Amino acid sequence: MNTPLRRLASVVLVMFLALMVSVTWVQYGAAPDLNSDSRNVRTLYREYGNARGPIVVAGESVAYSVPVDDAFGYQRMYANGPLYAHLTGHYSVVYGRSGVERAMNTELNGSSDSLFLERIQDLVTGRQPQGAVVELTIDPVVQQAAWDALGDQRGAVVALDPTTGAILAMVSKPSYDPNVLASHDTTAVNEAWAALDAAADDPLVNRAIAGDTYPPGSTFKVVTAAAALEDGLTPASEVAAPVELDLPQSSSVLRNFGGSACSPSGTQSLADALRISCNTAFGQLGLDLGDEALREQAEAFGFGTALDVPMTVTESSFPDEVDRPQTALSAIGQYEVRVTPLQVAMVSSAVANDGVLMTPHLVRAVRDQDLEVVTETDPEQLRRSVSPGTADALTQMMLGVVESGTGRAAQIPGVAVAGKTGTAQTSAEAAPHAWFTAFAPADEPRVAVAVVVENGGAMGNEATGGAVAAPIARAVIEAVLR
Amino acid sequence: MATVIPYRVRPGRSLELALLAPALLLGVGAYALVGLATQGTLPADILGYGAGLVGLALGMHLVLRWRAPYADPVILPVVVALNGIGLAMIYRIDIAYVARGRESVFAERQLAWTALGVVLASLVLVLLRDHRTLRRYTYTAMVAGLVLIMLPLVPGLGANINGAQIWIRLGGMSFQPAELGKIVLAVFFAGYLVTTRDTLALAGPKVLGLQLPRPRDLGPILLAWLASLAVLVLQRDLGTSLLFFGLFVAMLYLATERMSWVVIGLGLFVGGAVLASTAFTHVTARFDAWLNAFDDDVFQQSPGGSGQLVRGLFGLANGGLFGTGWGEGRPDLVPYAESDFIVASLGEELGLTGLLAILLGYLVLAQRGLRTAIGVRDGFGKLFAGGMSFVVAFQCFVVVGGVTRLIPLTGLTMPFLAYGGSSLLANWVIVALLLRISDSARRPAADGGAPGPLAPAEPGTGAAPGEQETERIDVEELR
Repeated sequence: MNTPLRRLASVVLVMFLALMVSVTWVQYGAAPDLNSDSRNVRTLYREYGNARGPIVVAGESVAYSVPVDDAFGYQRMYANGPLYAHLTGHYSVVYGRSGVERAMNTELNGSSDSLFLERIQDLVTGRQPQGAVVELTIDPVVQQAAWDALGDQRGAVVALDPTTGAILAMVSKPSYDPNVLASHDTTAVNEAWAALDAAADDPLVNRAIAGDTYPPGSTFKVVTAAAALEDGLTPASEVAAPVELDLPQSSSVLRNFGGSACSPSGTQSLADALRISCNTAFGQLGLDLGDEALREQAEAFGFGTALDVPMTVTESSFPDEVDRPQTALSAIGQYEVRVTPLQVAMVSSAVANDGVLMTPHLVRAVRDQDLEVVTETDPEQLRRSVSPGTADALTQMMLGVVESGTGRAAQIPGVAVAGKTGTAQTSAEAAPHAWFTAFAPADEPRVAVAVVVENGGAMGNEATGGAVAAPIARAVIEAVLR
Repeated sequence: MATVIPYRVRPGRSLELALLAPALLLGVGAYALVGLATQGTLPADILGYGAGLVGLALGMHLVLRWRAPYADPVILPVVVALNGIGLAMIYRIDIAYVARGRESVFAERQLAWTALGVVLASLVLVLLRDHRTLRRYTYTAMVAGLVLIMLPLVPGLGANINGAQIWIRLGGMSFQPAELGKIVLAVFFAGYLVTTRDTLALAGPKVLGLQLPRPRDLGPILLAWLASLAVLVLQRDLGTSLLFFGLFVAMLYLATERMSWVVIGLGLFVGGAVLASTAFTHVTARFDAWLNAFDDDVFQQSPGGSGQLVRGLFGLANGGLFGTGWGEGRPDLVPYAESDFIVASLGEELGLTGLLAILLGYLVLAQRGLRTAIGVRDGFGKLFAGGMSFVVAFQCFVVVGGVTRLIPLTGLTMPFLAYGGSSLLANWVIVALLLRISDSARRPAADGGAPGPLAPAEPGTGAAPGEQETERIDVEELR
């Protein structure tokens, strides 16, 4: 009986080898997959069990974790939640992350590769590991000014530093309180989420970069003007400005705002056309330039460029295939031209910065728990949008808009503000979106801003960009130049 | 017939004592580390606990010195280490449950069961002076074994826990009678097979180079097969069914040396399992939860889904190579972390490294048991020791294989580690029996003399079990 006993011993050995292979596979081979499985609550608990780093605006934490006595260990808190909601995003046990909480997650939870040395240090010194501090470029005064100026209207405000691309303010309304979603009471979170998700005015959406995108309306005329200037025109060049522009290959006509004439003579200077936002003149310019030139100029300003600021920005777009009448409509920012408010601010910022478009960014620096800088964002040139000469000419033309054109509501005594209004039709029934984009001071720009107020905001059908959006832009510029 | 060069056998009790020191250090140290990691201080009862564990181990050691001085010196330390690690883990899980607001005193009860298990093992060693005595109870064991297995099916006594009807409730306590049943059935199988092995080994037709047994000898294996299928279908427990049938087939092979029995046995079981998996929904569900564990519908389904299995896998993955450390993981996120899934709990906190060490511990235990079977001189002892060593190893295989998704999950628990009184008592009795048999395996034939032949000295086929046979073997040994 000893032979079968020895064989049985081999069988037992084989069984245990199989178990060892199996255990090794689960704990080593398949472990990364298992650890990242969305149903694995351990990943959440592990995250919550570590002190997550704060999100800081001008030295103040707008999102931070405090120790609590429950299964998670830490509670995420948001100071001034609604004001910064679309920047910080939310951090929910049930619904995950959004905003910077999501885009900078590995830095905030300390697992980023860039924090490797810090982790080693913590391991050696035995210090409690902590996530990194994420410092934003936001100026709280500007943010608050934009928030207050927008009031209860649906819309968005973006302010950039044109020389660096730093985002100084980014407001989207309506907003929400991320504290409600960060609660560890899952029932309450589920209810709050259901209400926010079902709300008709989409409070969870950051309209400034990731909404449904808007037709830019007349603010796009800056792009069309840029294309015309790059094509050899000057601000003084006389352009056709008829009362009605017959759109080729169709029976429709393009009219000006209120059906008025842009000039008694039927022609006017390019500068004047922009100043009073003459639709027929820019429609004709679009026809003269052709859709290819418009599209190239739009792309030079950042249309169609994938951006992460670090949140992913919806790409703005100029339609791919357009016929002649559609080209004319596109030239005045209608038809299927779609933009984010950030994109509109980028157009102004490129004009302001001598034609150079800086990469917009929201994170100034990532610091370890001793506040030593781990990574810092250096201003980066995204691309040249227009020549310095064109930028200069556009600046002069946009100054005219605020001085004596449609954008007079943005005037600030003693400050040269360059801007452009926009009133974008969306559909026959709905009130138009009111736009304004500007930069100031014109000679040494410190801020480029874009404002959109959905469906005319408080003024509804009577709204124009100049009346509704320009005052908001002025408030933001004043806050920057305070 | 193998002959062995005579050598002097050391009793090995000093070695055992020396090995008990690290084994106890492992258990008590783990207990202390759990306290330090979870509460920041040593557990309040660390002295009493340590003294208790050391006392139990030393008590057992003294009983061995007294009653079985030649017993295998490695078995007891390995078991003490495993039992100690299990206790520490259960204590750790208690803390996690209490932290979640659930009352949990598993560790205290497990310690009591451990004490009872050691006392029972000592009693077995004291009362059972010769394992061959057990052969007298071959057919009593058969009846007792069948009764124990079928006990959970008795209305009013049996309890259905998580879909498996393998428990009985008595006076507020639950037992898994199958745990004791496996010992009793091993006695029966050993006694029955040692008598009939020659008949069963007779050659039948040869098919594909495999010497089949005679068709008329298929009766016992068919009976065992039907019984295990009955367990699978009636008690809804794949594990117990697999365990009994595996034990029977292994012992049948040991007795007859015929591979054909193993092939027939495996074929029967796989066939039966496949048949059952299509015919009975609960078996289908078990297989579905195994094969499609990560399917979200299967994962969410409760009961009968793969939620527990996959959560266990999450736990194991969380442990990774080196584990989270005692008290640093979240084993409480897996249902039944203290019993069915203690392997996942240990894997999470001790890592792959720790789990491999634990598996090696079991491997050592099983191999020492099989070595005992090789060493012992009588056929009954060989079969019995071989069968019980195999059943411990096989149970590990079924449990760890189930938890790691190598095979379908079953309701069995890990010997010595998992929480559960019946399992702990039964396995301590197995240890006592293995120690008893190893004592006679390693004991020199006569004091100062050369050891007897290691080759089996079987009693004649069909000889009546009892005194007569014992005497005859003694005569053989003295020769």
